[in-house]
Amino acid sequence: MPTFFEDKQIVIPGDLLAEGEYVAGENTYLENNKIFAQRTGLVTYDNKRVNVVALKSFYVPRAGDIVIGTVVEVGFTGWTVDINAPYPALLRASEVLNRPFKPQKDDLPQVLDAGDLIVAKIDSYDRTHDPQLKVGEPGLGKITRGQIMKVTPTKIPRIIGRKGSMISMIKEETGCHIILGLNGIVLITGKTLEDERLAMMAIRRIEEESHTSGLTDRITQMLKTEKGKQEEKKE
Amino acid sequence: MNEKPEKLIDKKGLRLDGRKFDELRPLKLEVGVIGNADGSAYIEHGKNKILAAVYGPREAHPKHLALQDRTIMKCRYHMAPFSVQERKSPAPSRREVELSKVIRECLEPAVFVEYYPRTMIDVFIEVLQADGGTRCASITAASLALADAGIPMRDLVVACAAGKADDTIVLDLDDTEDKLGVADVPVALMPNLNAVTLLQMDGKLSHDEFESAVNLALEGCKRIYAMQREVLKSKYANVKEVEE
Repeated sequence: MPTFFEDKQIVIPGDLLAEGEYVAGENTYLENNKIFAQRTGLVTYDNKRVNVVALKSFYVPRAGDIVIGTVVEVGFTGWTVDINAPYPALLRASEVLNRPFKPQKDDLPQVLDAGDLIVAKIDSYDRTHDPQLKVGEPGLGKITRGQIMKVTPTKIPRIIGRKGSMISMIKEETGCHIILGLNGIVLITGKTLEDERLAMMAIRRIEEESHTSGLTDRITQMLKTEKGKQEEKKE
Repeated sequence: MNEKPEKLIDKKGLRLDGRKFDELRPLKLEVGVIGNADGSAYIEHGKNKILAAVYGPREAHPKHLALQDRTIMKCRYHMAPFSVQERKSPAPSRREVELSKVIRECLEPAVFVEYYPRTMIDVFIEVLQADGGTRCASITAASLALADAGIPMRDLVVACAAGKADDTIVLDLDDTEDKLGVADVPVALMPNLNAVTLLQMDGKLSHDEFESAVNLALEGCKRIYAMQREVLKSKYANVKEVEE
């Protein structure tokens, strides 16, 4: 039962990763008792399970995910939202209004118009239906202020860090409120534009260096020196 | 340029451009060259210069084309008006429409089309300069672009042609050899699965000649595949360095 790569080596689609009694994990597939890679990424052998951590991917919706999207169309009974996925998401009017939707009374563009950004949760999604969104929970709904940035969806777990260590550190250092959409869109709201810029800088850096170790410490260091520079400027 | 050479292969067994019978033209590959696209690649194969860009999977347009059980793949092979000596009309010609279909059908088996139903993957191939063997170079570039887009694939696809010039079986024909030669056999291969996804023949070959041409083309495919691998990995070379 041989394996053909070392842990954390780069593999490309079609690479033979293992043969024999292994289980095909993420981004791999099984054929004739052999496991091949489906995407470019770093291979990990976890006991009998072979995974590939993709270096580039796109967002595929999953029920329960928090996402950030843009309203692209106002329909008769709801909105179509672009969530940076292969499928457009649907948001029902009754879901936002929190009561039955009355076409004679309610004016949808007044509630949400094309171009508005929203934080939402994916209510349901499967192969046969486009994702449905819900916003009836605290923290969800229309975005009124802050900065939006796009990152590769596969990098979101790295930005969160182990048990949220990375993201809570950035929040603490910059004093910003940060919402990470699992679809790769990040919302940053801070007291000043400088704070928001600082948080964006940190996230960019994480995206670029996501596969290095000791990153949390380096980011902390960077944020501290940058803050020091800003204070100097003020004086 | 327009003078017809008498012989395609000289007494020493060398071809018009000085290559041996089993030699490839110089090859240059690049990935991620188009920022707007989800995935892209550029190939220089001899005098061929080809760009490939991939978009998707994304919402299928027009909607009635969408399939309930799989992604639809769309492919557009197009030659720029300046890609050949005589200006080529930019409208898709009969040949281009056919090649689009051939390339699509050759890439489809490599993609897990059943993963994202009701969506569409667009593959755009733009030939900037043509010198024989553009379909093979296009396939090689397009499969790199698909992999670059992060689309799940069974394997990369790599293509190479072999054929007969004068009375020798030669690898990787250029434009003159293609036009004045006897036959041309383009082959596309998924190297790890050892599966052929494209096999065409233009011209006349005996059974034995055909077999040796296919084997030679497969040999060429494997050589190009090695370069394909390297270029796809080199995009993330910095990741690897830091890892060590």
